[in-house]
Amino acid sequence: MSSTVISHGAAHHDADNHHHETFLTKYIFSQDHKMIAKQFLITGIVMAVFAMVLSILFRIQLAWPDKDFPILEVFLGKWAEGGRMKPEFFLSLVTIHGTMMVFFVLTAGLSGTFSNLLIPYQLGARDMASPLMNMISYWLFFTACVLMVSSFFVESGPASAGWTIYPPLSAVPTAIAGSGLGMTLWLISMTLFIASQVVGGVNYISTVLNLRTKGMDLWKMPLTIWAFFLTAIVGLLSFPVLVSAVVLLFFDRSVGTSFYLSDLVVQGQILPNEGGSPILFQHLFWFLGHPEVYIVVMPALGLTSEVISTNSRKPIFGYHAMVYSLVGISVLSFIVWGHHMFVTGMNPFLGGVFMITTLIIAVPSAVKAFNYIATLWRGNIRFTPAMMFAIGMVSFFVSGGLTGLYLGNAALDINLHDTYFVVAHFHLVMGSASIFGMLCGVYHWYPKMFGRMMDTKLGYLHFWLTFLGAYLVFFPMHFMGIDGVPRRYYSFTAFPFMEKWVSVNLLITWAAIIAGLAQVAFLWNFFSSIWKGKKAPQNPWGSNTLEWTTPVEHIHGNWPGEIPTVYRWPYDYSKPGHDTDFIPQNVPHSETMSSNLAHDFEGNEEAVRIQNEWNKANNREIIEE
Amino acid sequence: MKFKINNRFKGVLGCLLAVGLFVSTPSFALQQDSLAQDSAVTAVADSSATVAPVDSATAVPAADSASVAPAAKASSSSSSPSVEPESTIDPQVYKDLTYYVLLFLIICTVVAVIGKVLSVYELTSKMNGKYNPFSNNKFQSVLFLVFLVAFLGFVYYGYAVWGSWAWRAAVTEHGKSVDTMFIITTVIITIVLVLIHILLLGFPYIYRMRADSKAFYYPHNDTIEKIWTIVPAIVLTVLVLFGFFTWRSITNVPEDLQKSAIQIEVLGEQFQWQVRYPGNDGVIGKRNYKMTTPMNSYGIDFNDQGAWDDLQASDIVIPVNKSVRFHIISKDIIHSFFIPDFRVQINAVPGMTNYFQFTPTVTTAEMRERMNDPLYDYVMLCNKICGSGHFNMQKKVIVVTEAEYKEWLSTQNKYFTEDLQKEFADAKVQEPSHLASASLN
Repeated sequence: MSSTVISHGAAHHDADNHHHETFLTKYIFSQDHKMIAKQFLITGIVMAVFAMVLSILFRIQLAWPDKDFPILEVFLGKWAEGGRMKPEFFLSLVTIHGTMMVFFVLTAGLSGTFSNLLIPYQLGARDMASPLMNMISYWLFFTACVLMVSSFFVESGPASAGWTIYPPLSAVPTAIAGSGLGMTLWLISMTLFIASQVVGGVNYISTVLNLRTKGMDLWKMPLTIWAFFLTAIVGLLSFPVLVSAVVLLFFDRSVGTSFYLSDLVVQGQILPNEGGSPILFQHLFWFLGHPEVYIVVMPALGLTSEVISTNSRKPIFGYHAMVYSLVGISVLSFIVWGHHMFVTGMNPFLGGVFMITTLIIAVPSAVKAFNYIATLWRGNIRFTPAMMFAIGMVSFFVSGGLTGLYLGNAALDINLHDTYFVVAHFHLVMGSASIFGMLCGVYHWYPKMFGRMMDTKLGYLHFWLTFLGAYLVFFPMHFMGIDGVPRRYYSFTAFPFMEKWVSVNLLITWAAIIAGLAQVAFLWNFFSSIWKGKKAPQNPWGSNTLEWTTPVEHIHGNWPGEIPTVYRWPYDYSKPGHDTDFIPQNVPHSETMSSNLAHDFEGNEEAVRIQNEWNKANNREIIEE
Repeated sequence: MKFKINNRFKGVLGCLLAVGLFVSTPSFALQQDSLAQDSAVTAVADSSATVAPVDSATAVPAADSASVAPAAKASSSSSSPSVEPESTIDPQVYKDLTYYVLLFLIICTVVAVIGKVLSVYELTSKMNGKYNPFSNNKFQSVLFLVFLVAFLGFVYYGYAVWGSWAWRAAVTEHGKSVDTMFIITTVIITIVLVLIHILLLGFPYIYRMRADSKAFYYPHNDTIEKIWTIVPAIVLTVLVLFGFFTWRSITNVPEDLQKSAIQIEVLGEQFQWQVRYPGNDGVIGKRNYKMTTPMNSYGIDFNDQGAWDDLQASDIVIPVNKSVRFHIISKDIIHSFFIPDFRVQINAVPGMTNYFQFTPTVTTAEMRERMNDPLYDYVMLCNKICGSGHFNMQKKVIVVTEAEYKEWLSTQNKYFTEDLQKEFADAKVQEPSHLASASLN
């Protein structure tokens, strides 16, 4: 319906602006995909900083378990009486750090930002299929963020059962203080967040399917769009399952049902619940939880594909293989959730089956990594900060992904489950890789978002400190895990065998603090460049995709005149015979006679005939049909 | 929106910043507050040695404990009637914070100055016509190469140092095959990790953009792509099969072996473990959580006479080279029964029993010798987030010889103590009313 309003006709969107925009409709309740993308990004950045500060707080506790930091009491009050953090609060920090990073930063902040920005731009659409739903999606997300933060101002503290909120711990307030009002807020926040994701996902899918410009068939879409499209499908199919998990948990907590609870004697009190199973929750949770990992990492893979190709001045190697591996990952992501539950008491045979599907998923992931490297091979690599973050992303994806071979293997997982090995694995493959994908996207598309350039030198500083910091933080954790150190431990002082790791914890915490402070370089760069950055040219990176054919100044409807028609795939970089090293998607083959290949005509005989005539006239090789 | 200040102001601001930093040096500021002269002397010595953050950081707690101890005590002891709650925080705390904030600002300033110097250098070389637009590109590519070397060194260091800290060979039968698989996987992924990083970080250097270079238009090569789809697939198939059969052999124990093993029940609760041995009959008695009372905190159902001889143990003691079957249950929330040395882990889930059967092969005494640590103990710890005491929920595991085990077992007390027998008898009398309420459900 909305798609009919946003017609391809130029008349409605000529220079004069007939939409009266107030501050409120332009900046707050905007329905413009570009503004909503910026809203998602800035909210995501704020959440990321918040969650990062939480992580540094608990890192301080781990590095100096026997030391008082009176300054903590100033900010945290009763949760850090005498300057020493309480164990419950430590668990709250871990929980909210995980929730915010996974959902608010890497799901909404990443795919929310770039799906909104790039889907209409790169497909040649005036806006999203439903701008109103798009706006609703953002405001639901924003409300979810506010609720989650507000749980820090609750007497009993924020949710503290881990980001996976396994019941009964999350269901019984007497088991841990955070399972009181804090947990309720968590559940409400998450429900709103899922609503936001579903509304957004429907919108992305319908835009990709319906609003592509003339000539933009599915196999001419940039890999970014493929990634967002598949991410949206995965999200749409899996997020509602989390709603059911969350709502049932809400019932167990507030109405007295027993979906997840049975046979409980908590703090000496026999609870009346009977017949439920905590394992049911884990199945429901991980049915989302595992696809969620790919919801987080696939947009990052899409963004880096585009950035690596552009900055290597070379087509992405194996475009079709890249798409098929994304499709493969999307499909497989639904049948691997059980690998989070090998040792929960799930039927061991089922565990074996999940192990097989899990390790299969490594194949498409490996193909992607190899294709990235093949793209770099004999390229003409330009090191913009975005490109550096893209290379860093591939590095994390590989080093984190490889350790998945241990964890996906049920027999090895016996000893590694829930240890620091897991923490290291997923922080590299999904945390750092996705954050780097996101930062790569921010550096690359900043000129498109704000019409200004970011400072490259600060970008390099930011990259190197973060890249080094992330490896220094997460790499040593593997070894702690192999030694059997469990995650979510408040301190390592209670076990003799963990004492040797306190020195490593010190290294990790210092690396985390320095990498955390390095983000100030990014924040300064980001926010000051909005006003003070160099004015951006229309196509600063010499890129092929359609968003760079729009004017630098944002206008309603994106293109001032007709929407460009697409004639070619987005990766014609350094095509032999052409005078520049890029040919944008909207350049017809008739203008690039000197570089056309047989492959370009897709069996169009008339086009081949014309090309051959030209080739004859210019003494070039005749194309065979 | 331009934030520009003229030069005079800049100088003043810089001076203010420097003076502020100096004054708020923790040790220096402390000197103004404290009366203890001896600590002040050392503190001044520290602060005069410029602003080394590590030095001053170590000086703070030392001086703190010496001179501001009374204040700290006042804040920690809740019994002392403090008149105003704000005064419990030592003002020094704020000064320390200011110091670190200022220190960070100084670093930022230095970074900004270096940035300016670089851009001035760039501008002058542009004016002199000597500017090479690719110099930075080259610099970054070299950094990637440097990073590659550092990364490989770091990986080596990790394997050599931390790896040796972390690695202890398994001391159970099934653990040996787990270890073999672990090592095979490690070899494979280390090779892949190193090769990929050499390519990933080497290519940026080799193929960096230069003035006259052009990329090679190479969109796809189906043969290569097929190869690198099939090769990982084959490697993974091998790993999967190996892993699958190992996993089955660990979890799928034949029924007669299940029955012949020693049965031990472990119950997890916030934040401790309880261990129950079956007693002479070799059968663990029934448990009914509804029977939990302050005295019978385990919730053992003494209507089942098999429970009467069940033994209570403070540690998990098991004989070497005997198959042991653990029944893992939970009283309240999910815990996890995890013995790293044994490669044993299974969750304790309320409402269901999980099992793990294994055979230890090395006694604690032998292990102590092997580790050259007379205090070494196997430990079972909770590995599923369970609340504030999660980080200290442990049970010692002692592996002994068969004879020692028998002897130890004979010294253990029964769960069904005289007090409990009395309670049980009293409950029996009231049973009819219990039954009536049960039938209503």
